Amino acid sequence: MKQATIQLETLTCPSCMLKIEGAVKSLDGIDVDSINVAFNSSRLKVNFDEDKISVEDIEAAIDKVGYEVKKSRVKAL
Amino acid sequence: MQRYILGKKNQITVFSGVLIGIAFVSKLILNNLEIFTWSLVLASILGAAPIAIQAYQAMRVKVVSIDVLVTIAVLGAFLIRNFEESAIVTFLFLFGAYLELRTLNKTRSAIKELTEMAPESALKLIENGEFEEVEVDEVDVGDILLVKTGAKVPVDGRVISGEGHINEASITGESLPVTKTRDSGVYAGTILENGTIQIVADRVGEDTTFGKIIELVEEAQDSKSEAERFIDRFSKYYTPGVLVIAFIVWLFSKNIELAITILVLGCPGALVIGVPVSNVAGIGNGAKHGILLKGSEVIGDFSRLDTMVFDKTGTLTIGNPKVGEVEIYTDNEEEVLAYLASVERESDHPLGKAVIEHIGDTKYYDVEKTEVVKGGGIIAEVDGHRLAVGNMALMEEEDVKIGEKSYEDIKSLEEKGNSLVLTAVDGELKVLMGIKDQIRPGVKEDLQRLKRLGVKNLVVLSGDNQGTVDLVAKELGLTEAHGHMLPEDKSQYIKDLQAKGQIVAFVGDGVNDSPSLALAEIGIAMGSGTDVAIETSDVVLMNSDFSRLPHALGLTKATARNMRQNIVIAVGVVIILLLSVLFSDWMNMSIGMLVHEGSILAVILNGMRLLSYRLRY
Repeated sequence: MKQATIQLETLTCPSCMLKIEGAVKSLDGIDVDSINVAFNSSRLKVNFDEDKISVEDIEAAIDKVGYEVKKSRVKAL
Repeated sequence: MQRYILGKKNQITVFSGVLIGIAFVSKLILNNLEIFTWSLVLASILGAAPIAIQAYQAMRVKVVSIDVLVTIAVLGAFLIRNFEESAIVTFLFLFGAYLELRTLNKTRSAIKELTEMAPESALKLIENGEFEEVEVDEVDVGDILLVKTGAKVPVDGRVISGEGHINEASITGESLPVTKTRDSGVYAGTILENGTIQIVADRVGEDTTFGKIIELVEEAQDSKSEAERFIDRFSKYYTPGVLVIAFIVWLFSKNIELAITILVLGCPGALVIGVPVSNVAGIGNGAKHGILLKGSEVIGDFSRLDTMVFDKTGTLTIGNPKVGEVEIYTDNEEEVLAYLASVERESDHPLGKAVIEHIGDTKYYDVEKTEVVKGGGIIAEVDGHRLAVGNMALMEEEDVKIGEKSYEDIKSLEEKGNSLVLTAVDGELKVLMGIKDQIRPGVKEDLQRLKRLGVKNLVVLSGDNQGTVDLVAKELGLTEAHGHMLPEDKSQYIKDLQAKGQIVAFVGDGVNDSPSLALAEIGIAMGSGTDVAIETSDVVLMNSDFSRLPHALGLTKATARNMRQNIVIAVGVVIILLLSVLFSDWMNMSIGMLVHEGSILAVILNGMRLLSYRLRY
């Protein structure tokens, strides 16, 4: 398991968080309980299984629901 | 294409606003209904495009977002050929979103300023002996770095060569520069005001003190209270719920107008956004004033505080006892003081240190046959004389003769809250010293401010004797004082208060009071080791500055109040809107959207007030 911290464009609307959570939740290899979309810091933290999915895949999923990814960092757990 | 449209949202907003303007000018002034209608149709389509795209993206991940509600409402208005409504609703929605972004950035600015103080690059020593600029993430423990005048120290480390003055305000809140020479510790995020130094990295990135502060604040601004988590869960079902209700209304009444009005009115917004906005602004204000609040739970507890419990030594007092009064009962003052200093020099008792500090430069004698009497003092032979240095118990044990006047002096010093050090030479009392721990300057005023802010009980707990503690309590105007307390007694005391239903804050030094700090709803460590203070405290005072406590309390009260106001605004607006759609005939989609966007802006602006909060008295 690894932890990704993904810096997003500034989040403003409340349903952004639901959308981003929804986009990431459906991916394979994601620890659903670990998903944390932080509204004020506009940041997503999530644990994932590096054998099943890469951080790029997560970024792509977020991009698909219309949010720009600024920077991401992966840390071993 | 989708991205292009979303990227041009601002231009679309302006353009659709202009079109709506043209429409009304042509209707009211030119009396031209054709231009009116076509302008509105165009404005609706333009405005609806970005909203519809967002709605589509949301639906794809099975989320019913506000965009979905608005898109359906606009489609409905379009179908019943009410282009006025569809145009105005889309415009207001887009314009509202723009204003929200701008104002939200403002409420988040204080914390952003702090995080942007994080160092970004470093000059790292590479193999050929030169320094190369690298990103701060690339610095590892043990790397040697060069810091030039005006630059930020990139990591926590030690100076290995060079000298300079560093402004450590970002860590300690103290703006006076600190001199750094070889082996001095330096901290990430501080600024080298002059000089050039080379340092070796001890801790990097998130492990640095500054990194910890930033992490704390960033986590705090998004931490959620139980109430907020409830709102979040609620809103997950609320938005789809509104959709269902609108559909049912349409099924039974066949009134599309009413159904789509409900869709717009039901948009949540102020409710979801209101509390986080207050939270981020309040925590931001604290960060600017050297107060780190660990999240909204802490804000809630601290604002409802009943009792504040203080440790005495090092918290209310400076923790550095000093000799206040001296009585000499001999003509041979200099020599006796020299004996005393010689004896105390061998002891590491805090009172002994105070004595030596007081006597200052003197001649030292050889000390023989030293005997430490537990709970009494020291007995020793100096220059052929038998010396007894200690408290009254020791004097009694040694059968020391104490004159009438000396008894009076002893009593008076004790009443003033001094710890006593008596010195007897060959069985006669020669010197009496009263030693007191100084109260921190300004503490009294700060405590009064806390009282005015509504803290019911201010309690001091200490391991010192009851007399001393009582005196401190009296001088500072505390409500209760308890002496002879061991750390476990202190935590028991806090447990008892909590059992009575009180919310308790404990202010201590963070080292030997950790059980109490952990037990109290709010723990505040005053330790000078910033790391310990950051980890153990719920409220961190930079530089352990006691005077920030009243501001911290006032701020949490203001923030908690602000959150409540925002909840009232949000819920109130929804109730009023729903009532008016049922019982009045002036409510329509446009007004609904106007009020909806207005309420979101109202909660953001209300939250923003916290940024400029100051303690008034």
